[in-house]
Amino acid sequence: MEFLRRALNPWGEDVPIGVSWDLIWAAVIIGAVFVVVHALMVPKKVATGEIDESEAKGLPEKLQRHTVGARGFHWSMSVTMFALLITAFFPVIGIQFPWVTIHWIAGVLLILTVIYHIYHVFAKQDFWTMWIDRRDVEEGKLGLKAALGQSDAERPRAGKYPVDQKMFHHVAMIATLGAVVTGILMMFRIDNFLLPMNTYMFSDATWGWIYVIHGVCGIGLIFLVIAHVYFAIRPEKRWMTWSMINGWIDRDRYLENHDPARWTVDGSSQTAEAEGD
Amino acid sequence: MAVIRDMIAPFELYQPAGVDDAVRLMDQYGDEGWVLAGGLDTFDWFKDRIKRPAAVIDLAAVDEIRGIAEGGDGGLDIGAMTSLTAVAEHADVQSRYPLLAEAAGLVATPQIRNQGTLGGNIVQDTRCWYYRSGWPCYRAGGNICYASTRRAMNREHCIMGADRCVAVNPSDTAPALVALDAEMVVASSSGERTYAAADFFVGPDIDIERMTVLEPGDLLTRIVLPAPREGARWYFEKIRDRKSWDFSLVTVASMLQVQGGVIQDARVVVNSIAPYPVRMGAVEAAIRGREPSEETGQMAGEIAVEGARALRHNDYKIALTRNLVKRSIRDAA
Repeated sequence: MEFLRRALNPWGEDVPIGVSWDLIWAAVIIGAVFVVVHALMVPKKVATGEIDESEAKGLPEKLQRHTVGARGFHWSMSVTMFALLITAFFPVIGIQFPWVTIHWIAGVLLILTVIYHIYHVFAKQDFWTMWIDRRDVEEGKLGLKAALGQSDAERPRAGKYPVDQKMFHHVAMIATLGAVVTGILMMFRIDNFLLPMNTYMFSDATWGWIYVIHGVCGIGLIFLVIAHVYFAIRPEKRWMTWSMINGWIDRDRYLENHDPARWTVDGSSQTAEAEGD
Repeated sequence: MAVIRDMIAPFELYQPAGVDDAVRLMDQYGDEGWVLAGGLDTFDWFKDRIKRPAAVIDLAAVDEIRGIAEGGDGGLDIGAMTSLTAVAEHADVQSRYPLLAEAAGLVATPQIRNQGTLGGNIVQDTRCWYYRSGWPCYRAGGNICYASTRRAMNREHCIMGADRCVAVNPSDTAPALVALDAEMVVASSSGERTYAAADFFVGPDIDIERMTVLEPGDLLTRIVLPAPREGARWYFEKIRDRKSWDFSLVTVASMLQVQGGVIQDARVVVNSIAPYPVRMGAVEAAIRGREPSEETGQMAGEIAVEGARALRHNDYKIALTRNLVKRSIRDAA
């Protein structure tokens, strides 16, 4: 299996022209293996239903986890991401249709969505809720040990977002931004009404690496989407998925999974070390 | 630029005696196999050492797809390995499908028409020289179209239907077959399929590395012509730089069904302006119910070039297309 597609340009230089399409199948297979292994090795965590009544004092029955704006971003990103992955990879695997226009328009919509998200995070939310800190590292270590059966210790409660969600966010952010930046540059190579064609903006080798990065990010997103969808439908995670639809979680879920000291919501008595939002 | 060499890269040569054997070999070799018909497209690729197949499947001995026979429903059945000369000079083709006889008779030179086949003419690859030079353009699996850049030499390239690639379909017989509403019969290891000629060709928006629906393992075996329409008028004109021998700059083929001096039905097809033969649906709709007059032709020509976009050196194709479509309505006989 090769990783890069290379070619000789008109000047006889050996340049990369893109990522090997074999990697699409590698991403799908790795994603499928990950899902199967995880499903077999990690039992779904059964809720104990035990909560500290003192912590529950003053809390409403339903607590908002995602604002309308956050949910709007998530689902618009989902739609554009699926549109991008389908238009990018289906033609490669033999399902052919006119894909280029749909692809770049979906890409532009994704960029607008990401810009909105960045604005929303800085203007309306607390940026630091997604930051990985020392407590997240500790939470991750204990969670991993518990998952592998090496520890009976209970995984500590998370802030607003568990560390695995934060890690997924950051990896997805890198892959998405990589695809977005290279995708904007690649729009100079195709006919569109937003950017003028400028084929010779970079050398052939530089263009080749831009295509490679775009491909690597796109193929990486295949794996990330597989993993994301898998976790979204796992029984013990479905309450999170529902919260991305209706915006709220119930009080018991909050107290069971989140540390009020790290994620303070209206009505909670805890304020110390809160991560905000 | 690629340099023509005398020595062709080595390959295994197979000379099957039947379609079944040929298809089995094509299936066996997949991407590594190359189908050889007349060789006029093939040997350029081979001598430039741009295409280096592991196996060449020579159809010269496959007689079952050579020749012209009566088809069902009063049509004609033409084997894909039938030479262009045989098509152009066949009495039935000349009398019942003069449009095709004219198109086949205008391909290149007598020598090439003797050697070249109808199937080969239909499925031949584009003649874009950037692509034929072996450069890593989109059509060759790369990430650029050298012909659409600001300083490209693109006088022969397309004015419509482009999607990253701006190469054109060079076939002379393809537009005639689309105008005649022919069907293409394709054999493969999974059986036989039939495509309307208009659906047989694909643009770069669908698949930038192919010009037809044929995939590795697919063999065009027959071209089926429907019974000629009563009272149909036709028109074919190929414009090229040299009348003696050249690929078309623009070619038009039309079939008009005229009754009582009024166009009842029409099929107007233009080639070498797009990566596939362009069936002018808007023109056909606009001229139905009208007389095949100068005015109708003028209107048709204007409609034909709506949306056309010239590259740096080929804006002449817009005027040429406009005039050819006009003539194909006005002068159809």
